[in-house]
Amino acid sequence: MTNETSTETRVDRVIEERKTTDPQTQVESDSATGSVPGVIETKDMSVYYGDFRAVADVSLDFGRNEISALIGPSGCGKSTVLRSLNRMNDLVATARTEGQVHYHGQNIYAEGVDPVEVRRTIGMVFQKPNPFPKSIYDNIAWGAKINGFRGNKSEMEDLVHEALVGAALWDEVKDKLGDSGYSLSGGQQQRLCIARAIAVKPDVILMDEPCSSLDPIATLRIEELMLELKENYSIIIVTHNMQQAARVSDKTAFFNVKLDDSGMRTGRLVEYSPTEQLFTSPREKDTEDYITGRFG
Amino acid sequence: MTVTAPERESGQRDGQFPTEDEYQGQLGRRTRRASWFQAACLLALVIAVLALATLLYTIINDSFGLVAIVNQNDPEDIVAGLGHDPEVFTIADLSYDEMVDLLEANVSSGVGRRLEREQRFYEHRLVFEDEGTWTEICASDAPPTGCTAGPRDQANLAALVQERVVMPDVIASYQLVPSLLRPEEFEREVEQGFAAGRFTDHTLDQVEIEWRAWFNPTFLVTPQNSTPEVAGIRTAILGSAWLVLITVLFAVPVGVGAAIYLVEYAKQSRMNDFIQTNINNLAGVPSIIYGMLGLAIFVRVLEPFTSGAIFTEGVPPSEDGRTIIAAGLTLGLLTLPVVIISAQEALKAVPDSLRHAGLALGATRWQTVRSQIIPVALPGILTGTILAVARAIGETAPLILVGAASFITTDPTGPFSKFTALPIQIFQWTSYPQQEFHNIAAAASVALLVLLLTLNAVAVILRNRYSRRAE
Repeated sequence: MTNETSTETRVDRVIEERKTTDPQTQVESDSATGSVPGVIETKDMSVYYGDFRAVADVSLDFGRNEISALIGPSGCGKSTVLRSLNRMNDLVATARTEGQVHYHGQNIYAEGVDPVEVRRTIGMVFQKPNPFPKSIYDNIAWGAKINGFRGNKSEMEDLVHEALVGAALWDEVKDKLGDSGYSLSGGQQQRLCIARAIAVKPDVILMDEPCSSLDPIATLRIEELMLELKENYSIIIVTHNMQQAARVSDKTAFFNVKLDDSGMRTGRLVEYSPTEQLFTSPREKDTEDYITGRFG
Repeated sequence: MTVTAPERESGQRDGQFPTEDEYQGQLGRRTRRASWFQAACLLALVIAVLALATLLYTIINDSFGLVAIVNQNDPEDIVAGLGHDPEVFTIADLSYDEMVDLLEANVSSGVGRRLEREQRFYEHRLVFEDEGTWTEICASDAPPTGCTAGPRDQANLAALVQERVVMPDVIASYQLVPSLLRPEEFEREVEQGFAAGRFTDHTLDQVEIEWRAWFNPTFLVTPQNSTPEVAGIRTAILGSAWLVLITVLFAVPVGVGAAIYLVEYAKQSRMNDFIQTNINNLAGVPSIIYGMLGLAIFVRVLEPFTSGAIFTEGVPPSEDGRTIIAAGLTLGLLTLPVVIISAQEALKAVPDSLRHAGLALGATRWQTVRSQIIPVALPGILTGTILAVARAIGETAPLILVGAASFITTDPTGPFSKFTALPIQIFQWTSYPQQEFHNIAAAASVALLVLLLTLNAVAVILRNRYSRRAE
């Protein structure tokens, strides 16, 4: 993708094109050529931390308006892969990504692509709920403000309302929008973070073990929410919980740690299939061992 | 009384752990050792508290006490002479006109003219000078300050009356504690002093023994004077205030900016490690070295700037670079590493999850830092900064090198004027042999301590208020 010309607004342009093109016809034309209508596609992506290769040669294609799950044992690089998809790994000083990550055909690692722009389009929800130490209202309004939201006060209120409804949190917080985000329970905080993420109108939401610090009931609510969000967003989720992957995802990628030629432990993609297929008739022996609980 | 578990079958590790009897012996030793260390730590605390108490005692002891005072003109007589009740009326309560009349009656016309040229008494009327001469000297090449400055105020005039009319002379003073415990002994000492012919200027019946608080409101608002009885620290307080202002204006933006860069933007590299190490080292450089730097750079090299010459075309407000701005920048440099380090610590204490949250929403680094990181780090930054500035207020060595004037009676008018500062004033007064100077030095120390404690209290309050809000 070195022959890219204007890089400034490439991602924006893709979004514009997506809006103007009828999604159905796009899907049909894609399926006509036999390829999956992907939103993010990685090609031979490897991520290094210094000299250590954390994950190697990952080629994945995440579908639009689908939930894709990344599963695998600890240290297999699934979170690393997820953070590479919106360039959050750039924040680790020693991290380096090789290969390509395409968002609607555009390499987000191409020279001149501003990671700020990438992250605004590909949002993220983290393992531990991390609301800002501000009011519930400001938690949501801030993202819109910094991204140049031009609406007036009542339009901003509408946006906050819409995001909170979208994150299934409105009924619980509608009377206390001025309270600190920290005053909410863990599950509510996580839904606030989801509301915050969808308020900037992203296209893809990455979720890094979003339920790992929540109790089963809060987890269930988030899972229900994810199924609702799927209507409008593409979701990629990392989870330790295989049942969760089985419950919510459309496709599942299984990663495993393998020793490479020099004896280094490197994460590799083992299998990527529709979720039902992966859990009922996995192609690979490793996958079968993992999902049946023989290791990991 | 011992607590023992029931017997168990012997296991593999029996030989490695002590037997029950051995354990009991060890336990006693361990407990004694623990209480010994507890006592040692308590002793350390007691020593620290005693040291602080001694410090306060010394200062307070010198700031209050009995004095043997001789007034050239008794203030009570003066007040009574003007028809007021001396029981309730003091010199400071006299009207402006009454005080001017007192001066006219008591000082020579030469001294009066000098005072008027220094600063006039009335805006539209001259007291000692005549109009002709006044117009003439004001039109001369070097007009005195009285030609341009506004008239004196009530406090200024009251101080003049004290100095020129009452002319108090403290011939002996006693510290607070002996004054409270054995006041009669002080009288006896004064009488013995007269008997031994030590106070030849006065006679015993002129002497009044009275209580004097050297640290009093008048002391705070009276300018510096060569007579300790009427000297105050107004000039020094204003000088210190100007220094703090310039120190803060320089050190806070530069220090916080550098800290933000180092914490939020700088990547791990040899160069940045080197810079970080040097900032840490700079924080430990003795203040006198900063004084030398200030003298070399701000006073000498940057003289056209620090003397204000480049701003005023021609005659600079002060003839060389030994001005408030030079000293303030020196103190700013001295404070800078501490501000950087404390701001860095405050920024590092903000969890990364907030940075990630901001960036994942498509915010730029600066938007994240400004809206999410700085508000959380602010109480820490403020606390560190205030403590650093409090340190700077007490600094003496660099000010001496940069050239604080030790004797200056006029208020500083701006960053390019000559100045003195509280610690300089204390240092200066302590170096005089007369006891009265030591008394006013102690009183000035009280003022300095109060100022520092106030600043520290503000730091604590800010920290508490903001950390409560962030929850």
